[in-house]
Amino acid sequence: MPRFGMVIDTRKCVGCMDCVVACKTENDVPDGYCRDWIVSELRGGFPTLTLEIRSERCNHCDNPPCVSCCPTGASHVEDFGRTVQVTANKCIGCKACITACPYGARYVHPEGYVDKCTFCMHRVKEGLDPACVSVCPTHCMYFGDLDDPGSRVNELLRTRRWHTLLPEAGTRPRIYYLT
Amino acid sequence: MFEIISTRDNPLIDPRLAVWSWEIPVYLFLGGIVAGMMVLGGVAMLRMLRGDDTRSFHSVHTPLAGFALINIGMIALLLDLSHKLYVWRVYTTFQVASPMSWGSWVLLLVYGVLLLSALYRLPESWPWLARRVPLLARLSDALLARRGLVRALAWANVALGVAVGIYTGILLNTMVARPLWNSAIMGPLFLVSGLSAGAAAVHLTTLVFPGRPAPHGMLGGALAAMWQPLGPEPPPKATADGLVRADIAFLAVELILIGLLLANLYTSSASQAAAATLITSGPYALAFWGVVVAAGILLPLLLQGLQLSHRIPHTVIPALLVLVGGFALRWVMVQAGQASVLLQAAAN
Repeated sequence: MPRFGMVIDTRKCVGCMDCVVACKTENDVPDGYCRDWIVSELRGGFPTLTLEIRSERCNHCDNPPCVSCCPTGASHVEDFGRTVQVTANKCIGCKACITACPYGARYVHPEGYVDKCTFCMHRVKEGLDPACVSVCPTHCMYFGDLDDPGSRVNELLRTRRWHTLLPEAGTRPRIYYLT
Repeated sequence: MFEIISTRDNPLIDPRLAVWSWEIPVYLFLGGIVAGMMVLGGVAMLRMLRGDDTRSFHSVHTPLAGFALINIGMIALLLDLSHKLYVWRVYTTFQVASPMSWGSWVLLLVYGVLLLSALYRLPESWPWLARRVPLLARLSDALLARRGLVRALAWANVALGVAVGIYTGILLNTMVARPLWNSAIMGPLFLVSGLSAGAAAVHLTTLVFPGRPAPHGMLGGALAAMWQPLGPEPPPKATADGLVRADIAFLAVELILIGLLLANLYTSSASQAAAATLITSGPYALAFWGVVVAAGILLPLLLQGLQLSHRIPHTVIPALLVLVGGFALRWVMVQAGQASVLLQAAAN
């Protein structure tokens, strides 16, 4: 059984927001909301500035706090791909998961249930990449099975430097940023 | 320089998390009061089994009030839910790692124990109902005839009261992303605050509704059955003093736990220390020091101490202050906790 993850090369990302637009279109994300977004992180002082541009979304953590706090099991880890998903008709809208998520990845859909990135499982099950990955003009995003030693994502993680977001939260996030 | 620019702009998350407004603090506050009243009621039942004066314990009259208050709390919780029609889903599963799931199931036990405990006094305290539903009077007699059953009910009150009181703190405690809440002291702190608010609520009613024969009407009877002690004469003064003494102890322990919580946060990670400054010197400092600590704990401690030493008369003021402080504690912790975040390593 695969364990999906994403590798994003911050040296290639230009922050064009194509991933954001593709996601909104593919998943019919309502106006005023987003499942993925762009973060620009500037560090240092002139002339030794560094800029990291990241496409962020739900990290589909291996130890997801949103799943453990959910009182109904609406937030759950799906068997296929070990991704974190929300079953809308089990969600009561208590918003505990939004509070528990250190990444701000979840929001209340206008219809009342909590919504977030699905890693485009409807596309992945058909053998396609997630919408954000498929449209990236700089090809900075890679999607694949982290449990497959021969996968492109594992090859990149072996050969490049990377970091994850807030690893100290103990969530074991599965989106890796190459630096 | 460390600057982050994000294109994310989701309602309730940006610019800072604000998913819980007044509803959750109200729910936690009322849950805390009911938890306190259940513990006090249970202890009162145990003492009455030992033969203490029955009029001395107002808290045995409060199960119906607890039932009403917890329902108001549940209405507040329901108002907060954004997918209300699916609320029944909590009872189609049990999620062992979710405090909310535990709370939902424990709530059913609380309802049962509160209603059974109400039977203890119901025929005398609400004659209107006892006349119309003789079964209740028979059940009450059957309950009172079995000391073992009353003792079990008393202990169930104490145990569930403690469980609910701790639950109201642990509910927040488990959110990994909110460093202000990541302290196990939240459980005992909310429990003791609930005990103190419960004692204050019962004490308040002893002052507002002095003991007299139960009204025979439907509504008057129902209201009296919630709070009013029985008997033609007001209960002995020792009753009020007992509650005041208990409240002084609860407030003192609460003060110690608040000190421990701050010590815990300030000696933990940078994220937790930064979270603590939200309430000690940040935007919630006035509410925390002014309302929770000064008006809600220190002032009632002083006033109740003076009352016990007969320097000032008994008034409703300390009890009211304790209730205000109890609500303020939950409001401050819920709001400041949402504002607290895990700091990124580079931001230090």
